[in-house]
Amino acid sequence: MVCSVSICAGEIFELKAELNSDKKEKKKEAVKKVIASMTVGKDVSALFPDVVNCMQTDNLELKKLVYLYLMNYAKSQPDMAIMAVNTFVKDCEDANPLIRALAVRTMGCIRVDKITEYLCEPLRKCLKDEDPYVRKTAAVCVAKLHDINAQLVEDQGFLDTLKDLISDSNPMVVANAVAALSEIAESHPNSNLLDLNPQSINKLLTALNECTEWGQIFILDCLANYTPRDDRESQSICERVTPRLSHANSAVVLSAVKVLMKFMEMLPKDLDYYSTLLKKLAPPLVTLLSAEPELQYVALRNINLIVQKRPEILKHEMKVFFVKYNDPIYVKLEKLDIMIRLASQANIAQVLAELKEYATEVDVDFVRKAVRAIGRCAIKVEQSAERCVSTLLDLIQTKVNYVVQEAIVVIKDIFRKYPNKYESVIATLCENLDSLDEPEARAAMIWIVGEYAERIDNADELLESFLEGFHDESTQVQLQLLTAIVKLFLKKPTETQELVQQVLSLATQDSDNPDLRDRGYIYWRLLSTDPVAAKEVVLAEKPLISEETDLIEPTLLEELICHIGTLASVYHKPPSAFVEGSRGVMHKRLPARTGSGESTESPDVGTAAGGSAPEAAPSIIPSQGDLLGDLLNLDMAPPTTSGPPPPTTGMQMGGMDLLGGGLDSLVGISHSVDPYAATPGQLVNPFWVKWSLRSDGVLCLQVWLPAMKAKGLEISGTFARRAGVIQMELILTNKAMSVMTDFAIQFNRNSFGLAPAGPLQVLTPLGPNQTIEVSLPLSTVGPVMKMDPLNNLQVAVKNNIDVFYFSCQYPISMLFVEDGKMERQVFLATWKDIPNDNESQFQIKDCHLNSDAASSKLQGSNIFTIAKRTVEGQDMLYMSIKLSNGIWVLAELRVPSRLSMCFRIMFLFIIQAFTVFFPQPR
Amino acid sequence: MIGGLFIYNHKGEVLISRVYRDDIGRNAVDAFRVNVIHARQQVRSPVTNIARTSFFHVKRSNIWLAAVTKQNVNAAMVFEFLYKMCDVMTAYFGKISEENIKNNFVLIYELLDEILDFGYPQNSETGALKTFITQTGIKSQSKEEQSQITSQVTGQIGWRREGIKYRRNELFLDVLESVNLLMSPQGQVLSAHVSGRVVMKSYLSGMPECKFGMNDKIVIDKQGKGGGNGCQSIAIDDCTFHQCVRLSKFDAERSISFIPPDGECELMRYRTTKDIILPFRVIPLVREVGRTKLEVKVVIKSNFKPSLLAQKIEVRIPTPLNTSGVQVICMKGKAKYKASENAIVWKIKRMAGMKESQISAEIELLPTNDKKKWARPPISMNFEVPFAPSGLKVRYLKVFEPKLNYSDHDVIKWVRYIGRSGIYETRC
Repeated sequence: MVCSVSICAGEIFELKAELNSDKKEKKKEAVKKVIASMTVGKDVSALFPDVVNCMQTDNLELKKLVYLYLMNYAKSQPDMAIMAVNTFVKDCEDANPLIRALAVRTMGCIRVDKITEYLCEPLRKCLKDEDPYVRKTAAVCVAKLHDINAQLVEDQGFLDTLKDLISDSNPMVVANAVAALSEIAESHPNSNLLDLNPQSINKLLTALNECTEWGQIFILDCLANYTPRDDRESQSICERVTPRLSHANSAVVLSAVKVLMKFMEMLPKDLDYYSTLLKKLAPPLVTLLSAEPELQYVALRNINLIVQKRPEILKHEMKVFFVKYNDPIYVKLEKLDIMIRLASQANIAQVLAELKEYATEVDVDFVRKAVRAIGRCAIKVEQSAERCVSTLLDLIQTKVNYVVQEAIVVIKDIFRKYPNKYESVIATLCENLDSLDEPEARAAMIWIVGEYAERIDNADELLESFLEGFHDESTQVQLQLLTAIVKLFLKKPTETQELVQQVLSLATQDSDNPDLRDRGYIYWRLLSTDPVAAKEVVLAEKPLISEETDLIEPTLLEELICHIGTLASVYHKPPSAFVEGSRGVMHKRLPARTGSGESTESPDVGTAAGGSAPEAAPSIIPSQGDLLGDLLNLDMAPPTTSGPPPPTTGMQMGGMDLLGGGLDSLVGISHSVDPYAATPGQLVNPFWVKWSLRSDGVLCLQVWLPAMKAKGLEISGTFARRAGVIQMELILTNKAMSVMTDFAIQFNRNSFGLAPAGPLQVLTPLGPNQTIEVSLPLSTVGPVMKMDPLNNLQVAVKNNIDVFYFSCQYPISMLFVEDGKMERQVFLATWKDIPNDNESQFQIKDCHLNSDAASSKLQGSNIFTIAKRTVEGQDMLYMSIKLSNGIWVLAELRVPSRLSMCFRIMFLFIIQAFTVFFPQPR
Repeated sequence: MIGGLFIYNHKGEVLISRVYRDDIGRNAVDAFRVNVIHARQQVRSPVTNIARTSFFHVKRSNIWLAAVTKQNVNAAMVFEFLYKMCDVMTAYFGKISEENIKNNFVLIYELLDEILDFGYPQNSETGALKTFITQTGIKSQSKEEQSQITSQVTGQIGWRREGIKYRRNELFLDVLESVNLLMSPQGQVLSAHVSGRVVMKSYLSGMPECKFGMNDKIVIDKQGKGGGNGCQSIAIDDCTFHQCVRLSKFDAERSISFIPPDGECELMRYRTTKDIILPFRVIPLVREVGRTKLEVKVVIKSNFKPSLLAQKIEVRIPTPLNTSGVQVICMKGKAKYKASENAIVWKIKRMAGMKESQISAEIELLPTNDKKKWARPPISMNFEVPFAPSGLKVRYLKVFEPKLNYSDHDVIKWVRYIGRSGIYETRC
């Protein structure tokens, strides 16, 4: 919606006359009117020449108004904006430093190419002005100019001048230079622009004590990007930053907390200073809660992160997070979140009393969250479970509809955690059956009825009552009802045969939902073939649910800790999720702990950030959608995912791929700048060399044949598998002076018999500086010879000039065929038959996929998941791959937990032929 | 950094719009109006993300201030800036209202140009700004004045200018505390804390070096047997200081030294949670008599020296929404049922320490078929007492001005303690 308020011609005419008046006062009034119109969105660009004419004045106030107008309209009238240049250039030489600064400040805001050309000289002078006020303004102007024309700034050498300003004698100039450089550096992630070293850090720390509150923020935020060389340097910086924790400005405090949280990573935990620092952090964080509500909100979102990263800091401060009656709702919801995180055996009584109080408040979201929190407490602190349950029962007695429903949902989780302990409450729950209208609550109730069918006399009646409107229920409820009735049948077969048939036919014959139908059929077959097995499957013991919930995934948490105080920490999302363009793409990481003198540079991709090993991984139940879990009827959302996330922030974000890179991360390349630049030897197993795919399965373009070696012909290319056909994508560039024709291609014998399936289709001659893209389909029926490495391919390309040879490596995954899904039975049988020699295993680090996501990612590359099970909180995926030459590869992928970063892959090479290539695959 | 700053009236009409960055367009102005101002109660966060643009807002009476950005800015800084912006505007033209903003829009633009450059906050100390941005047109300045301005705006002591002279050197210290309490119906303290401020008004010549001392437990303990001079020390949980205070010195020696801004400034904020003197105790008794009647009895007890007087006492007893009538009897002060606020408001002008007073009320209820029970909001209290509930005492404030001929003894100093109720609630 563009709001353009029309302005009538008469008004414009009148203003024009006034602007051209001789009287200064009248002129000024007219310009004021123009600015007023501009503010409300009226288009006053027609007055451009008249307003610019008023610019030449010694009245500073009038000048400022004209400048304001110029900044708004110069872009739409670039030619006329030139008229203003002279005045600007002249003003930059004015005797009054305020006017010099004003001119250079305004000029930088006018985004017209021609003007920027004229800006360079005045800017250069102003950067070296004798007056600090002018210098500090000029420093920011460099950032402005960089935003308009980055190349110009580099060419003119402004960056070096800006770097010099970091050593300026005036603290504010330093602060602004730091701010400008940090911003410019953000758009050049690889440049070493800020060049932070112990000397410059020392300068910054000195300026920190002297500059304004805002300057302190710029400097602290910049410091946070620095990685100290060792723990000693880290400690000395921390010592000099801690006084900032007493600053009145909350942003200074939060930025200081960020620096400390980050540098603390490097300190040895047994150091006295480490524990001193931990103690020093708590009071300022608590003080933030007496700031204005908006700042409290920012602080609470950050505390939420800090509590997850270092729970010890605030573990004794539970009381300050108690909700006040008059807190704004956004503060209340955040406080509640932190209360749950801090709940422990020591404080549970107090917490519970508070939560009970909250559950009687007015705001629906808040009450729901409070009720849910009571359930969380029960799960987290076993000693309190009984009290929690009785509190929940009290709440159910209030008969407030949404309270009852929320309570039932959490009681279901409590049953999961403490099976066979609180069945006595079922009767109370059943009384409220009719009032449940939310799917989640209905599903929870049905689950409870099914699970404890043998103890509920009228379980069949209860379930039957739901069956009447089966097709009007949501999927969640339908699935649950189906499972519950099957359970009931297995427990009381004699009375419920009719019921089970009814639900099976509803699910399989009358439903359009494939999930429901599939599950219906599975049950049907299970029941008809082997009821005993069915009983074992459906009534199997369920794994425990996790204690901690809603934890932020560790790598994301680390990144967010590096962004304390910023929007990212408020949204709990990495900057790339809400910032456009190149800014924010850089991932920040916590430094690794190192001893004195050791280098912190850790280029190895696999190195997990030090000191960041996740706390004991909570046990997790398999999430929705997996086969075994399905049959165990665990599709009830576990607490980790229960319900939509509470609308705490009220922001609407587009969907985003938090996992980012996909497969690359799976094979061990984490947040390195260029994930595709994997070089051999970086990865553990030759089998995986170069298997650095984009998530869409296309390998990144590599230069195979540089022009230097091939008389001007440059070949770069990649491999892809499309619709079952392996394609070699070639890009031929003619960098020579003459035309190239008569292209042909040939492969040497190779491990998998790859050969061109047709001739190289370069029909037109390739002229100088021309580029052509060719796609060459490959077959796998060519002659075979074992290569080293296995996936090496030697290629010859001929043209009218000469024959050129090069070799390239293709990703093994190109050879995975579409029908590589092994039958389950066959899989089980073969798995046992494979000799141990044929086994290879390795770990993938820094991978933040859960097993389901991993499975679906891998499926995209024709690695099929055959089965999945969960053992002691670890997800085990069993997978099969079939290579184009008929070799099967079976794999087991172990995901220690949803939160862990480690994958473990075990390969079993089964067919004799393979061992020919691969005599001892490590 | 901040991409743009908008000010709206309660209807969502733009009063001020200043764009600093190219990535913020005019449509951002409308996006905020439509999605936040017109959405009324649905927006439940001070930070809103609309189409990858983030909006920060604060409200002052019915005026909305919104900062807009597309980058990952320092969120705490943006809010601090918005508050500062409000302070600066208030210092220039008083209350932030639609009329005042409209009347001063030129001034506001001028300020915005000065205190925010390319979205980076610059010096925003009113003292410094007032030297060169004025409402009455620009003063013609001599060359010396100009350089004095610029060095002040960018200098280490940006909050004070040189050459201030007073005939009488005088300073006022106000220790303002707000005491917060949450008490259970049984009289158990669920949480209590004091958040205090030391506000200093100084009229001192030159560049005076000041040193402030109070009965901080850490300092007293360090000096050894500090209790000897009858001064009880208090444990301060945390404190923050005005930017004039040398933080590194405080960190190292816990001494508070500074050169104050001229006029008023908030020198320090602090928080204590231990040994708080709770000036009042509220004892509620609520009895439900059947479905249509409620009996409420509230006793308040004052708990401080009998020689002191508390003022402006107000007890607010919430009533259910379906209240049809209320009868009140109180021993002291005046009590009234205010239907629009759903509360009985009991006001007492003055009350000495160690006294007790009581109110009883009968509340008639309309029968409802609303299943939801009445939430029973807590009983809240307001008051003002002439002492610091935290126990904080000012020990000294020394002034040194080596260049001018006045000494610490010549400065007239005033200290005042005021304790007010913050959120002082007792559940019933």
